[in-house]
Amino acid sequence: MTGLTFVSLYPVWPELFMVISTLMLLVIGVIKGNEFTSLLFKLCFGVVAISAIMMFGVPTEKIYALNDMFVLGRFAMFSKLAIAVAVGISLILSSRYLREEALNRFEYPILMMFATLGMFMMVSASHLLSFYIALELQSLSLYVLAAFRRRSVTSSEAGLKYFILGALSSGLILFGISLIYGFTGVLGYSDIASVVPGLEGDRLTGFLFGVMFVLSGLAFKVSAVPFHMWTPDVYEGAPTSVTAFFAMAPKLAAFAMLIRFLGGPLENLADQWQVVIIFLSVMSMAWGAFAGLAQTRIKRLLAYSSISNVGFALIGVAAATAEGYAAAMFYMVIYMITTAGIFAFVMFMRRDGRALKEISDLSGLSKTHPLMAYGFAVLMFSISGIPPLAGFFGKFFVFEVAVAEGMYALAVFGVLTSVVAAFYYLRIIKVMFFDEEEDAFDQPHSIGRKSVAVLALAFSVLFILSPLKLLETARQATQVVYVSQDTPSTSDGGNAYELENTSR
Amino acid sequence: MFEITLIHYLFLASALFTLGVMGIFINRKNVIVILMSIELILLSVNINFVAFSAYLNDLSGQVFSLFILTVAAAEAAIGLAILVSFFRSRGSIAIEDISSLKG
Repeated sequence: MTGLTFVSLYPVWPELFMVISTLMLLVIGVIKGNEFTSLLFKLCFGVVAISAIMMFGVPTEKIYALNDMFVLGRFAMFSKLAIAVAVGISLILSSRYLREEALNRFEYPILMMFATLGMFMMVSASHLLSFYIALELQSLSLYVLAAFRRRSVTSSEAGLKYFILGALSSGLILFGISLIYGFTGVLGYSDIASVVPGLEGDRLTGFLFGVMFVLSGLAFKVSAVPFHMWTPDVYEGAPTSVTAFFAMAPKLAAFAMLIRFLGGPLENLADQWQVVIIFLSVMSMAWGAFAGLAQTRIKRLLAYSSISNVGFALIGVAAATAEGYAAAMFYMVIYMITTAGIFAFVMFMRRDGRALKEISDLSGLSKTHPLMAYGFAVLMFSISGIPPLAGFFGKFFVFEVAVAEGMYALAVFGVLTSVVAAFYYLRIIKVMFFDEEEDAFDQPHSIGRKSVAVLALAFSVLFILSPLKLLETARQATQVVYVSQDTPSTSDGGNAYELENTSR
Repeated sequence: MFEITLIHYLFLASALFTLGVMGIFINRKNVIVILMSIELILLSVNINFVAFSAYLNDLSGQVFSLFILTVAAAEAAIGLAILVSFFRSRGSIAIEDISSLKG
């Protein structure tokens, strides 16, 4: 065991920088009070940007730190950069929204930073203890954010529901971890990977029991059916900027954590957990598509949309190959950027200084705000997977992986449910272009919101120019998920190792 | 003489865990009971960890349970804070009143 030295901490520098600066910003916030919030948002944006830049300073090969509890490699970097983008976008969207809604309190950006820190640690966790602590750091910050509009019944109710179900899911995860610990005797990912091949009989059963508990807890966090019940309520009740944040960043982090957990220590048990992931995926795709049809409120609709999108990304995880994980991460990144644009448009929906909630409020948008209507329509086409746009490539590569692994039924089912889900996206377009026009929205002033919308649009439209670049990066990243090649006791990781060599 | 083995601890922990989960889903009255159920779940996990740790002669389980205690305290604090703010806006903490979001 090595002591903590300044040098041995270098993989953790971005996180350390973030902790220290966030604590300093918290102190500044307490001293200066709520008038300082707008500046605090800018400072937080700067801190996230600097931590993201610092990540380029560390070498890309896989390194462990903090007594093997923390791992940094291409996969962690890929996920963290994606999360940093999501957080940056959410900070831009939130700053203006909080001023409009008179919610301007300095705790908001600070909580967001702590949640981000939790997500960074989640992505890098390579030990069940750091896994749990990181998950809780993220979740506890998110509970408070969901209940941030304290005077509104819906927001505090959303926070309460999210807290109860989130705490239950943490309990499930913990119970699972305790069983894993009991039946293997270790907590580190690479240690578990080396113990797993020797497990048999009752010990294997107990271990798998623990794994299933952890998986159901993680399904809560990514909001996969049948553990999705918090999603529509929380999405609807929380302030829109918080909903946007929920839809973008935590899911990405939870996916990265899921992939690291399943691909790492459980690599050799793929035939055991694949069934569970396929079940979650099928259920999420079906429920997300069919329950979304009946929604009349835009944020609730987006909740069901996120449930169905999680189902699609889970197809990639179910493939249990590095390509599958890459397709899942690729899908989540595309979904994240498209959602950012959609939420920017949702935030434009204001009349007389009041935010609008219903889909019918968009009626006749093409006549009152033609540019906005066309932009929104492009994003809706993209998320429903219409060919030249970014969303199509996400779905395409996920289905491609499913077909390559021989899971034809899953791929066909995915295509069918995506057709059903396309109905509710297209209904929004129908409402905007063919319904009677209503009064115009308030004139949009926010430059940040406009630029997020324009960036998301540009991403969706121009993605076709080099669709393989992001996928290739994701593929290189997920090669290093496996931990068995790190442990000398098992030689079974040859497959992953060869793949990495050929990709260079 | 009757001896208490690992199995007994595991049964106790699973029974408490099940009670906690049931407490969340079956309970129809009051949110405070749900918060207590959550604590019960976390403590049952602690029993599991300490029992395994003693059985395996390995300290990391006990360290883990210390971490759980700390996080459980933070979680209870946040849960109660959210509950207080809910009570202020809704004027009740009965489960049937947590129903403004539906669809």
